[in-house]
Amino acid sequence: MSEDGYSRKKIVLAGNPNVGKSMLFHRLTGVHVTISNYPGTTVGYTLGRLHYPGGSPPGSPCSLAAGETLEVIDAPGVYSLDPTCKAEEVATGIIATAAVLVNVIDATNLERNLDLTLQLLEKNIPMVVALNLWDETAHLGIAIDDRKLESILGVPVVPTAAVTGEGIRTLVSRLASARPAPRPPSSPPERWKEIGRIVAACQVLSPRRHTFLQRLSDASVQPFSGFLLAAFVIGAAFVVIRLIGEGIIARLADPFFESLYAPILYRISSFLEGEGFFHNLLIGKLIGGRIDFRQSLGLLTTAPYIEFAMVLPYVSSFYLVLSFLEDFGYLPRLAILLDNFMHRVGLHGYAIIPNLLGLGCNVPAILATRILESRKERFIAATMISLAVPCAALQAMIFGLVGARGTLYVGAIYLTLFAVWLCCGIVLKSTVQGFEPELLIEIPHYRFPPLGPFLKKVWVRISGFLREAVPIILLGVLVINLVYFSQVFDVLADLTAPVVSGLWGLPRESIVAILLGFLRKDVAVGLLVPLDLSTKQLVVATTVLAMFFPCIATFVVFLKEFGIKDTLKASAIMILATTAVGTLQNLVF
Amino acid sequence: VRGEEPSVKHGGCVSLTSLPAGARGKIVDINAGAGLRRRLEAMGLRLGTEVTKICGLPLGGPVVVQARATRIGLGHGMAGKVMVEAIRAQ
Repeated sequence: MSEDGYSRKKIVLAGNPNVGKSMLFHRLTGVHVTISNYPGTTVGYTLGRLHYPGGSPPGSPCSLAAGETLEVIDAPGVYSLDPTCKAEEVATGIIATAAVLVNVIDATNLERNLDLTLQLLEKNIPMVVALNLWDETAHLGIAIDDRKLESILGVPVVPTAAVTGEGIRTLVSRLASARPAPRPPSSPPERWKEIGRIVAACQVLSPRRHTFLQRLSDASVQPFSGFLLAAFVIGAAFVVIRLIGEGIIARLADPFFESLYAPILYRISSFLEGEGFFHNLLIGKLIGGRIDFRQSLGLLTTAPYIEFAMVLPYVSSFYLVLSFLEDFGYLPRLAILLDNFMHRVGLHGYAIIPNLLGLGCNVPAILATRILESRKERFIAATMISLAVPCAALQAMIFGLVGARGTLYVGAIYLTLFAVWLCCGIVLKSTVQGFEPELLIEIPHYRFPPLGPFLKKVWVRISGFLREAVPIILLGVLVINLVYFSQVFDVLADLTAPVVSGLWGLPRESIVAILLGFLRKDVAVGLLVPLDLSTKQLVVATTVLAMFFPCIATFVVFLKEFGIKDTLKASAIMILATTAVGTLQNLVF
Repeated sequence: VRGEEPSVKHGGCVSLTSLPAGARGKIVDINAGAGLRRRLEAMGLRLGTEVTKICGLPLGGPVVVQARATRIGLGHGMAGKVMVEAIRAQ
């Protein structure tokens, strides 16, 4: 049943990982889903609708009526119908509920993809095959006779290129001709023989010289050149993120706030006569008679400034760079290079992907741990991410505030977080019971991302960030004003002073910022500004904020994915680790 | 135990870990349980498949092979279980 109560026919996109199901889904429904060039991008399912233009011919098995609205489901990719990880379990569950299956095949890799196709046919569900990535076959020297393939398989076969939209109309019009072509259950060796026959009949390969991208692909995993390239890519990513982020702040955000927005605020301020509850709430405190966007703490001053002038520029540039690396296909190579290292922390190389996503936002990162095969790995990865991988919003604040005191101190925070990340992994590896599987991944071709969909993806991420961040940040500033206004603050500060002041050497007021970190970390760091901390205190406070408890959104996802018991375990680890590290920094620094 | 070289020679065959980079081989045996066998098979690594080893990373790192159109990275331990018969270049 769909949300409006009608039960609609389900069209399920099924296929191997990284064959372009999500892009095809986007083409069919207009619903945007995250699309990248690595196997395992989709870890849950997405629903969309397709208003079906034509009807089925009379007597056809799936009987679609003209004008009928269909529910289209984008499912995670699977190599076979025996699931090996959580994401694959999701997919096999959905496939069983389909009225029509669209089996999406990577046309550049027909032989391997057909294994799943034959297994799907055995399910006896009406099916259509989309021979996707059709546009890439020519330069790889692959020629496939799609008509012949159709007659052998017994279901419609449509060449498509989801990226360009080629073949999508034909695919839609042929949905109505979807039919089951049942086969008797077969053993794997029988299937492979059959696949051999099919491929021999339908596909002609002509050798092609290696292109530049293929040579680059080889070089990216070779022991020497691979690490060199990785160092270059990570270094370049860092420089580009900084350049774009700083550029937006200096040329766009700051001038806007200072010369266009501030004059309006001064009018409001003088209208409210410069003081009183509402003035404090909206504008905040005037510092030396002037609005200070970083310190005034008003709903109209500090809240939008933190979000739009400090955090958003960095979040945007981070997602621009991350999205490019994802779409180009670099991340699986990094997974290969770092596999050995990741085993020291109880994970395998592919776990680098959720960790990198965590540098953007911890929420999708924790969901992305579903690509890991064992529960042990997933728990380790998710705990490491929530404890020691700072999200882009938090990092922007670290650069903005701590960076102003010296780059060295930013380095100190990152080094501490990395050490914590490492120790957390090493300890959990030897204490958590469970299975540590090995790396087994398909490495995709390098591809230059098509500009339109690429920009759309970056935009969806940025606007998603704004939708989630803005209300919470306003709430945060509201709460802080109410807390300061009421007497709650003193009670809290007294209760926590032994740890906050005693162990961490911070002024007792900083507890408000640390607790508000539960709502949003970026605004919490912003609250440290009016406290006039010494550089050492700022470093301790920021590190504590980064580690201490994830923000509420991360916490909820953690709870959903792992249940109450593991969430409590992870929370205990976070509280203990934060207390210890804050104390240590206070003593050593 | 990771990092250990599992079965270098095995009746004229070598494991993927000891096949030299750039060499071709035909898979003749997979010394693994049914679960892992099925996963490798589903990705296109099965008895009789011809593979080219692209490279192996040092210190017990993963091995990258090309099997027809698919490029696959597999952990060192797994690669050690896949036995291939080297194919001489013409």
